[in-house]
Amino acid sequence: MTRVKSVIGTHDSVMRRQGEATMKSIATLTKMFFVVAALTVTISAQQIGNPTTQQGVLPQRGTFVIRNARIVTVSGADIENGSVVIRDGKIAAVGATVNAPAGAQTIDGRGLSVYPGMFDAGTNMGLVEVPQGASGTVDTSEVGEFNPNSRAIIAVNPHSAHIGVTRVEGITNVVSAPTGGLISGQAAVINLLGTSPNEMAVVPNAALVINYPRVGGGGGGGFGGFQQQTNLAETLTANERQLDQIRKVLRDAEAYGRARDAYAKDSSLPRPNLNVMLEALVPYVRGLQPVMFRADREAEIRGAIKFAEEMKLKPILLGGDDSAKVAALLKEKNVPVILTGIFQLPNREDDAYDLLYETASKLQEAGVRFCISSGDPGMEARNLPLYAGMAAAYGLSKADALKAVTLYPAQIMNVADRLGSIEVGKMANLVVTDGDLLEIRTKIKYLFIDGREVPLTSRHTELNDAFKARK
Amino acid sequence: MRRFISTLVLYSFISTLPLTVTRAQTSANPNETLIKNATVLTITRGVLPNTDVLIRNGKIAGVGKNLQASASARVIDATGKYVMPGIIDCHSHSMLDTINENTLAVTSMVRTRDVINPTDVDLYRELAGGVTTLNLLHGSANPIGGLNTVVKVKYGRPADEFIFPGAMPGIKFALGENVKRSSSPNQPGVTRRYPNTRMGVEETIREAFSKARDYKKTWDEYRAAVNKGEKNLLPPRRDLQLEPLVEVLEGKRYVHAHCYIASEILMLIGIADEFGFKIKTFQHVLEGYKVAKEIAAHGAGASTFADSWAYKIEAYDAIPYNMAIMTRAGVVVSVNSDSDERARRLNIEAAKAMHWGDLTEEQALKLITLNPAIQLGIQDRVGSIEVGKDADLAIWNGHPFSVYSRVDSTLIDGDIFFDRQQDLARRADLAKERATLEQADPNKPPAQGQSPNAPRRRPRAHEDDDVWEGERP
Repeated sequence: MTRVKSVIGTHDSVMRRQGEATMKSIATLTKMFFVVAALTVTISAQQIGNPTTQQGVLPQRGTFVIRNARIVTVSGADIENGSVVIRDGKIAAVGATVNAPAGAQTIDGRGLSVYPGMFDAGTNMGLVEVPQGASGTVDTSEVGEFNPNSRAIIAVNPHSAHIGVTRVEGITNVVSAPTGGLISGQAAVINLLGTSPNEMAVVPNAALVINYPRVGGGGGGGFGGFQQQTNLAETLTANERQLDQIRKVLRDAEAYGRARDAYAKDSSLPRPNLNVMLEALVPYVRGLQPVMFRADREAEIRGAIKFAEEMKLKPILLGGDDSAKVAALLKEKNVPVILTGIFQLPNREDDAYDLLYETASKLQEAGVRFCISSGDPGMEARNLPLYAGMAAAYGLSKADALKAVTLYPAQIMNVADRLGSIEVGKMANLVVTDGDLLEIRTKIKYLFIDGREVPLTSRHTELNDAFKARK
Repeated sequence: MRRFISTLVLYSFISTLPLTVTRAQTSANPNETLIKNATVLTITRGVLPNTDVLIRNGKIAGVGKNLQASASARVIDATGKYVMPGIIDCHSHSMLDTINENTLAVTSMVRTRDVINPTDVDLYRELAGGVTTLNLLHGSANPIGGLNTVVKVKYGRPADEFIFPGAMPGIKFALGENVKRSSSPNQPGVTRRYPNTRMGVEETIREAFSKARDYKKTWDEYRAAVNKGEKNLLPPRRDLQLEPLVEVLEGKRYVHAHCYIASEILMLIGIADEFGFKIKTFQHVLEGYKVAKEIAAHGAGASTFADSWAYKIEAYDAIPYNMAIMTRAGVVVSVNSDSDERARRLNIEAAKAMHWGDLTEEQALKLITLNPAIQLGIQDRVGSIEVGKDADLAIWNGHPFSVYSRVDSTLIDGDIFFDRQQDLARRADLAKERATLEQADPNKPPAQGQSPNAPRRRPRAHEDDDVWEGERP
């Protein structure tokens, strides 16, 4: 699904070769880098990554009480003048009046609003730092078509500069997903704070990611003007063939799971050898964990719904450009949608100009479960509130727009017991603002992740501080 | 499958249809329009609540309270709405059928004017974001690229009517990774195009201007001799590559220079100072904040992004505070799209300069109105709401800096080119038309034999010249 827009008249095959060329030059650079790094340790931290916002030690989980603020709980009514208590990483109390524990640090919330942290359920956060011209920093897409055992949580770089840049805008959680092949791998739900992937993990293996075969081939990209003319009949056959391949892998995983369980009960049966690929698929083919299907066009969305039903999977739609056209079916089958295309141009020339702006409101009207994602690899996931705002400009209520980037993604990713709203017992991922969380002019005043007060600094604030006074 | 095939065939068919509805909606062309009771963001005279804007013959004829129009005037009740000048996008590749003549390092002889396509549907989508003027630039494949075209987005009209009369002619320069062809592979047996480094980029531009200076001298000497009355002189041979560079040297053509990192910005300032010309705008200029005082001292403008950091190495140090830092250093700054997608929401891109860097609302509004107008030499015509200026306006249902606002209508020279209510009203008819076309004989699959080839999709190479759109997660 690589969507590299380039530069100067390149196309797919050229891009691949270019990748190899870049790899070589990166390897040379890397050698040089290690020579330099051996001379001075401090330089290494300043190459790709934050100069100083990299955190080797997390802020402590503190006891805080935010007083006299507007509390936007999202799950319930707003509290116009209320308080929130944070303790041991959790929300300990919320209400018009609360009993603050002894020794709690008080934050004066007058004129401020408290929101749950935002949640972007469609990124590759931490898997790619600089996508173009630095392939050494790209870990999104494994070789081959079937990589269910390729797990995002293994490769998420906790020190990526994207993480700090994103969280200081009030986004505390993301799904980071791999992208390649037909079965891309497993996506993780992470906090945007931690010194290791494990510290960041909320659900390390949260969903399997399948690229539903796209009629016409490949991913969503394509370089205008260079596309091959394809024969429709052949195209459709190729499409069916890919689907059959996925079907076979999933059936194998079912059989493997049965054989494994049977052997566990009765060791006189043949012992199945461990197969890491099939092993990874077992919880998904048993419907215990959700499968994200990347699908944007109507035909693929319908296909994915049908396929998930046939295979008894628990589907989530990722992408969903045409989902409004399939709303009735999505509702009937209770398939939730992670909308990633709000800021894309409509796919067809005769589409209404606001088709993707208003898709969220259409899904809401039809009773389809959905959430709003930036669909961004990571660097610009910080714009998440603007995506929700655009949906609200085109029909979605402001309250639902807010839910679409807080509670709804938490529900869809099965972590609403911990994330997505301000309720006692949930993880203390909170944002304190001077205004409406989705408005661009609003500023973040305090940020808490896992009950830790996170400094509002990032690579960008540091470069700003370093240069703004240059005379 | 049948449906799929007919849908595909339909697309190719629809794209050739004339845009009859749009044309009808703009042909009324009343000479007088009164926009009543709006909040008017004038840009140069502050924010005026409960104010009318009177338009006569395509120009703003009055801005004030309780203005009177003739009985035949079109009246737009804008109570509760906001009126701002039409948005100016200082870096666009919309409606260009091709962007990069990438075979040579110096392509000042090619013109974007020759490849504009007035039927590009993205123009309509940009109108729906309040955009009225575009700076159509050549791509960034060459240290010295092709000539620009400034247009008004008169979607539905012939190409000639798009051209912005009196806009300063311009030319695209480019520095850095794209020019070095960093993303192009080495191909066996093919020599790489010079230059391959930022050193070579400097040398290429220096050489081109050295030639242009000599060429200009040759012509100056010839004209002087003719003026002295010398007879039977042969005029110098015209050089279409050097002529635009002579215009740059003479201050008759603006340079819009694509760049990213601080050192290459200083390099180009050095060359321009040496040859005695000015850079009108640095485009992208993502590290402009590191050399803001030098940009200001040269007198150049800057046209940048709030986003697009880290998508490639030369953009890794980009920060969203760039617009604010350069503005405070005294640089005339605009924020542009370089993308048909982003062009639809430049209001939000401008508002980002309030979020990151604390520009005032007026400063931020100028980033998409008066400042790009100055950068294109059209500030006497557009960029603010003042009597005598062109009636290029966007009417919003809320403040354009709110994420919850959208455009209700967009006017150019007093004509309505986008109107949300009309757009909504005609959707049912368009759906019917589409259904009819799907049933039409030419769109049915053949009863037997091979299925047809899928039609090519319309190229979207013009979406960006170099902005990487990212990998879909």
